[in-house]
Amino acid sequence: MLENKKHFVCDNNKEELTLGTLHFQEANELIRQKLAKCSSLILRNVFAQRYIGCAMPMGKSIYVFGTPGNDMAAYMDGGSIEVFGNAQDQIGNTMNDGVVVIHGRCGDAAGYAMRGGTIFIRDDCGWRVGINMKQYQDKCPTIVIGGNAGNFLGEYMAGGIILLLGKAGSYLATGMHGGVIYLRKNIDLSGITDDLSICPLDDSDETKITGLLNSYSENFGDELDKFTLPDIEEFVKIIPKSARPYANMYAN
Amino acid sequence: MLDHSLPKYRVYRDLEECSNCGVCIHSCSNGVHYKSADGVAIKADHKKCVNCLRCVVMCPENALAITEWPQVGVGSSNWTLGYMQDIAKQAQTGAVLLSSMGTPNSYPVYWDHLLLNASQVTNPSIDPLREPMETRVFLGSRPNMLKINERQRKVVSKMPPQLKMNVPVMFSAMSFGSVSLNTQKALAMAARELGTFFNSGEGGLHRDLEDYSDNTIVQVASGRFGVDPHYLNNAAAIEIKIGQGAKPGIGGHLPGEKVTAEVSGTRMIPQGSDAISPAPHHDIYSIEDLRQLIFSLKEATLYKKPVLVKIAAVHNAAAIASGMARAGADIIVIDGFRGGTGAAPKRIRDNVGIPIELALAAVDQRLRDESIRSTVSLVVSGSIRSSADIVRAIALGADAVSIGSAALIAVGCHQCGDCYRGRCNWGIATQDPNLTRRLHPESAAKRIVNLVRGWNKEIEEMMGGMGINSIDSLRGNRYMLRGVGLNKKELEILGVKHAGE
Amino acid sequence: MAVKPIPREGDVRIPSGCAISAVMDKSGKRHDGSDILKSIALMHDRGNGLGGGFAAYGIYPEYKELYAFHIMYETHESRIQTEAYIDKYFMIEKQERIPTESVASIKNPPDIWRYFAAPHPMRLNMSGLDESEYTMRHVVHINSCIDGAFVASSGKNMGAFKGVGYPEDIGEFYRITDYSGWAWTAHGRFPTNTPGWWGGAHPFTLLNWSVVHNGEISSYDANRRYVEQFGYLCDLQTDTEVITYLFDLLSRRHGLSQEMAAHIMTAASWEEIDKMSPEDAEFETALRITYASALVNGPFSVILGSEEGLLALNDRLKLRALMVGEKGSMVYMASEQAAIEVVCPDAQNVRSIEGGVPFVVQLDEVAQRKMNESAENIAKETPLAHETGVLPPRRREATHA
Repeated sequence: MLENKKHFVCDNNKEELTLGTLHFQEANELIRQKLAKCSSLILRNVFAQRYIGCAMPMGKSIYVFGTPGNDMAAYMDGGSIEVFGNAQDQIGNTMNDGVVVIHGRCGDAAGYAMRGGTIFIRDDCGWRVGINMKQYQDKCPTIVIGGNAGNFLGEYMAGGIILLLGKAGSYLATGMHGGVIYLRKNIDLSGITDDLSICPLDDSDETKITGLLNSYSENFGDELDKFTLPDIEEFVKIIPKSARPYANMYAN
Repeated sequence: MLDHSLPKYRVYRDLEECSNCGVCIHSCSNGVHYKSADGVAIKADHKKCVNCLRCVVMCPENALAITEWPQVGVGSSNWTLGYMQDIAKQAQTGAVLLSSMGTPNSYPVYWDHLLLNASQVTNPSIDPLREPMETRVFLGSRPNMLKINERQRKVVSKMPPQLKMNVPVMFSAMSFGSVSLNTQKALAMAARELGTFFNSGEGGLHRDLEDYSDNTIVQVASGRFGVDPHYLNNAAAIEIKIGQGAKPGIGGHLPGEKVTAEVSGTRMIPQGSDAISPAPHHDIYSIEDLRQLIFSLKEATLYKKPVLVKIAAVHNAAAIASGMARAGADIIVIDGFRGGTGAAPKRIRDNVGIPIELALAAVDQRLRDESIRSTVSLVVSGSIRSSADIVRAIALGADAVSIGSAALIAVGCHQCGDCYRGRCNWGIATQDPNLTRRLHPESAAKRIVNLVRGWNKEIEEMMGGMGINSIDSLRGNRYMLRGVGLNKKELEILGVKHAGE
Repeated sequence: MAVKPIPREGDVRIPSGCAISAVMDKSGKRHDGSDILKSIALMHDRGNGLGGGFAAYGIYPEYKELYAFHIMYETHESRIQTEAYIDKYFMIEKQERIPTESVASIKNPPDIWRYFAAPHPMRLNMSGLDESEYTMRHVVHINSCIDGAFVASSGKNMGAFKGVGYPEDIGEFYRITDYSGWAWTAHGRFPTNTPGWWGGAHPFTLLNWSVVHNGEISSYDANRRYVEQFGYLCDLQTDTEVITYLFDLLSRRHGLSQEMAAHIMTAASWEEIDKMSPEDAEFETALRITYASALVNGPFSVILGSEEGLLALNDRLKLRALMVGEKGSMVYMASEQAAIEVVCPDAQNVRSIEGGVPFVVQLDEVAQRKMNESAENIAKETPLAHETGVLPPRRREATHA
């Protein structure tokens, strides 16, 4: 799969590391040392090492084979991490920029308080994904989920984009007060609270979705059976009615 | 709907003294004072008064005083006027009652039941004016045992990063948004001058404060506002806020109207939107998850900065604190329930949590029972009112204390408890530029420095009286405390004897 | 008529002042107790007849491989109970009553015995503790759990002889001139009220440590609560006891030299540290941070005895007096200069010990051996008290503060 990646093939400055069951502290120290000297790093035989790519700066790429540990890409500031396998919990925690691509599923609370960058998940994701995601100026955090999402997707969401190709769980977007969630029209949206609006797409939505779908297809198209790009007509969006959902909750 | 609420205060104006100069009108952002129809005499809309005392202090003629509204209750000590007024407000709005600052309710203040010791005959007191007296404190985790090379006089084991404080006092977290930037600047300047730390709170770090990074503790709360690698590395230490004494177990809502352009830039959220901190950290649902967050911050800062973890004093604080130490927290911060807040639901503030004195005593003893007290630092806050409270806290087992309300009182806060409305006449808890400019960072910093220096001298004096010349020998030295008016159980928890024993 | 019992050390904390004195022959040659007796007797007025005692090193060469327990019993039952306990955990080679002289001023002495014993090999092995830690914990157990029994000393080839009375009378009572040792320390006590208890007299000893001390430390409870984290029980609530535990923790357990342990207890001031080179400051700062609660504050002068020799230490502000003098291989220490000169009129280099600067006297052979040892400390990984279960469960704070 890696051999098909254009930017990887073109990179002449790459290194490899085999992590095995190395403790995360040593593993991350080695990763930092390697990345100080190269731009692409392949990690093989990864087993649950936490914090891979933690606070990683721009211009670096990590390719992970195995199962990276929790908090992968936490506070990540740029660059990319691609995982050829499943990811665990809290990936992209408070992530600031960069791209994370998961060739598989991911666990709970991915993209918690994420402020920028993009996470592509080929398959399903766990509960509370995109929770408290926020956007600021030119930063618009984005999560694309190819499969189904667990409950509380986009809870407290304050900004950014979630594009869900599969089904959503219960308590979708509770407390959402910013950003947008794109969903298929055909899924059950009866649980959506009154604070949110379900609206048709406008032109800019269509541009965004098309761009994200193309990236999704580019990342995963050749590894999925009979994958075809969904039609843009199949989507609706959920947005909050107010950026101040609790404005009347308190007595002054 | 008929408004059943009564005024709380009555503005008393000495008409013989009043020169009708109008300073009171300009000083009040609540619009209490106004010119009467004749255009000369000044009148007061009593209902709007919050008793912040700005007009009283500013009045050049000393013509003003704020008194209680003379309304009596019905004589019931059950249905007090306060409860009835709260019901009236909720009946009218259907809303959650909001409040600010620490609880005014009359729960026991254990500081006031602990008396200090002094040397007589068997042991000399020390005069801090002539003999060295050490109040320097280091905060951070440390090994139980140091590995050294005695001949080379070198440390072999690696020491974890430490915070050096010249006084056993730092400033509690108060975010930009809850307080004005000028307030934060004053705290930052004072921290630098004193050789201690101010805490950014959870609202990010304004660019104007980045110069003070050596004296800054940045906070990571559940909303993660303004948290990015630059923020984390631009500080001396990082504090994970799990909870706050005034509102344990709940999150925070900074209302959109306080999210001005500057606040939005610092928090990195759009202007005007509510800044919501979820009740829990959604990456911490259990103690092992705390370890995960602590080490993510250590990884992000290459293990160069101590990590503080702050919890509200709750029933099980001792066990939680022990778990925090084992999860890798370098400094444990416990905030007692009398602690202040910019805004908290009133029922939470007044009913949830436990007093800091009991929590501190229990935590310190538990950490000792588990042989880990010396490996971690302990900071307490939640209504430290004087240097004597600090001495008591350290003798009970704290390494240092953190002050919020006291520092604000130093710069003008009069504890009116109206912070949540954002109309603070002293320029503290407001983002209104007309009000924030009332607080000059330099002169406010000077007032805070004066306060802490004065307290430190008093601490030295009290330590000297005990025959102690280093704060290290006061820490956990409960023999220096005696209880008055406490029952057996209270004495047992505090680990002190009763006066006379 | 029932008499209301007077509280003892352990029930309450009793401040006291004192005289201390020590004699040592660095060559290891043994001398009888007459010099130390003379020296401490001269300082009669620094005590008030409510406590005196001696520690002697090298007095049991024929049993030097065995722990010598000196135990005081107030009742017959306590002896039966203690002997059964020792019998369970140790192999007793010899046991006997310590010979005493009747002295008019010494009232109601307890029944005093000594035992030469080795830890029971199988129980030692099963405990996961090393020999000294094993012995220490059982000694602490006897002292805190068996009513009426008190282990006055528990080291090898050493012993403590102490009781209620003036030290010169206590010395006569124990016939200390019949023993010969290479080092002697002595203590004459001035407690503020009447403990009336022989166990409360000084020196305080533990394993090979003995401590005589003058002054009242103001850091007591900070130090106590620090060492109690690591399995020590400060039952007597005396300064001497907690100082002994600090030395035991820092030196025996953490592997630091006695001199370094003393330096930690009287750490360099921040003012001094701030003037040091960055490397020295880093070292001293690390010591102060790690061992902040081992700092001993308030007036004290201390003479520590051990199998290595003697160590004298004054507090950082030098609030107590302690003198030292030498002649050949002999070293003398005392609270007052005349107490040295009375036994060695031609002592040389008589001087006072500086505040916060430990004065170390080692046996020549120990000094020789130390020079060839590694300068890095090696800690003993000791299981915590609650893991081995030898000691009674930790008491709640209020019951013993």
